Amino acid sequence: MRLGSFEVNVDFNGDNTPVVLIGPNGSGKTTLLRAIAGAYRPASGHISVGNQVLFDYKRRINLPLEERQMGYLPQGYGLFPNLNVIDNIAFGWLARKPRIAKNIRRRSALEILEKMECTYLATRYPSTLSGGEKQRVALARALMIDPQMLLLDEPMSGLDVLMRRLLRAYLAKHLADRARPAIVVMHDVRDVLAINARVYVMENGKFVQNGFVETLAERPATEFVAEFFDLGKSLR
Amino acid sequence: MNSADNYQFKHFPVFLVAIPMLLLLVLPVVSLIVASSPADLLEGVHHPLFMPALWLSTRTTLFSLAIVIVTGTPLSWWLAVSSSRWTRLVELFVALPIVLPPAVVGISLLYTFGRGGLFGAQLASINLQVPFTTAAVVLAQVVVSAPFYIQAAVAAFRRVDHDLLIVARTLGQSPTGTFFRVVVPLALPGLFGGAVISWARSLGEFGATLLFAGNLPGTTQTIPLAIYMTLESDVRVALVFALLLAGISVLLFLFLRLVPTIWSSYYTTNFLNVSRITGEE
Repeated sequence: MRLGSFEVNVDFNGDNTPVVLIGPNGSGKTTLLRAIAGAYRPASGHISVGNQVLFDYKRRINLPLEERQMGYLPQGYGLFPNLNVIDNIAFGWLARKPRIAKNIRRRSALEILEKMECTYLATRYPSTLSGGEKQRVALARALMIDPQMLLLDEPMSGLDVLMRRLLRAYLAKHLADRARPAIVVMHDVRDVLAINARVYVMENGKFVQNGFVETLAERPATEFVAEFFDLGKSLR
Repeated sequence: MNSADNYQFKHFPVFLVAIPMLLLLVLPVVSLIVASSPADLLEGVHHPLFMPALWLSTRTTLFSLAIVIVTGTPLSWWLAVSSSRWTRLVELFVALPIVLPPAVVGISLLYTFGRGGLFGAQLASINLQVPFTTAAVVLAQVVVSAPFYIQAAVAAFRRVDHDLLIVARTLGQSPTGTFFRVVVPLALPGLFGGAVISWARSLGEFGATLLFAGNLPGTTQTIPLAIYMTLESDVRVALVFALLLAGISVLLFLFLRLVPTIWSSYYTTNFLNVSRITGEE
């Protein structure tokens, strides 16, 4: 896929378990996530999730974003600043046909908040939330539409070390419980260790290595991989 | 801000340069207020030209504003999000009426819609006259005021985080739904500011209107044109018009300054009952 003068060229098969994506800045991780979500149209290739074809260049299939059922969390979480937490979470049900009444939408959103033990956030606005709170609200909002796949772009960024530790465990447990495909972009080796998933390394728009943490740490294919897991070695 | 800055400018007589400029800006308005007496004002309001001009200005500027918003908003959105190479050119054309002298705008409108103009023959064939009609007033106002709205709207749309649009779409919204549910609410302060400036510009429009629409009481004589006409016959009436226009302008200015501040503070302080949210008792 070409984006201006930037090319991303990947061949990737996942399953029901989460996959971690790491790579230096500008390697194309966000581009890849956005392409799967449908925001960017690849110049060639094929994207499918399960039995559903999202994009196929040869067969001229390009499903619009609103039909792909992706749970997309951008960097910074992308909460709508003009809506409070409940309305942010319930946003995914606004487009449903037949129309769902506002109090029913909000009640369902409240139920998700209850599961996350965050009902106290219900009437707050995004600008008053901490990084960790935003992350949970953004996740709740994505889950509201029961997505077939989660695309999390650096969900741990902008959090302090203590909050990272808390949410690392929370995210790992949540992804393990779900049994749905997920691609999670990460920058910190400790976050990667917590998830215990297959790791794909992306550099300059290409996958340069993939495998579990042990393989990558013992036999790094590039300098970036070596440097990334170097800290991991000294931590374990 | 800090003591170093203060020291640097301590001996520089900034106020000596600033005061004449400030006086030049403030004194004319003060003179207007001081020059009139309540009796003069009352007489001016009862002048036969007053109500027709006020009514004409009100309905033409509001109609122009509606046209500018309805046609300008989609154009602004396209300018803000499109990567086409035509956007640069279109932005240039949009900005043109701002730099063109109003008299030039007036003459060019005459040469577009007048009898000998670009559409002269076509308009004559359907018996439609545009110059020196109320429609001409609206046209002139739209041309001179649209650029202000469009530029403000483009800036406001560009400030909306692209990721929010992607998220809204992934959550099931169509492009139109995303525009009305996410883009517009977030861009609203900027759109509103642009609308206010646009309206102020069309309220004060003089040169293009005079040349293209003429100065016909009741039909094309807006408040600025009425000031021009009454200045020769009855200065007191001109004064009343001028004060009225000045008053409206000041109100619009305050509105422009205060509303965005009130708006943004609304988002950050909001405490409601959860039970009210879900509609329970």
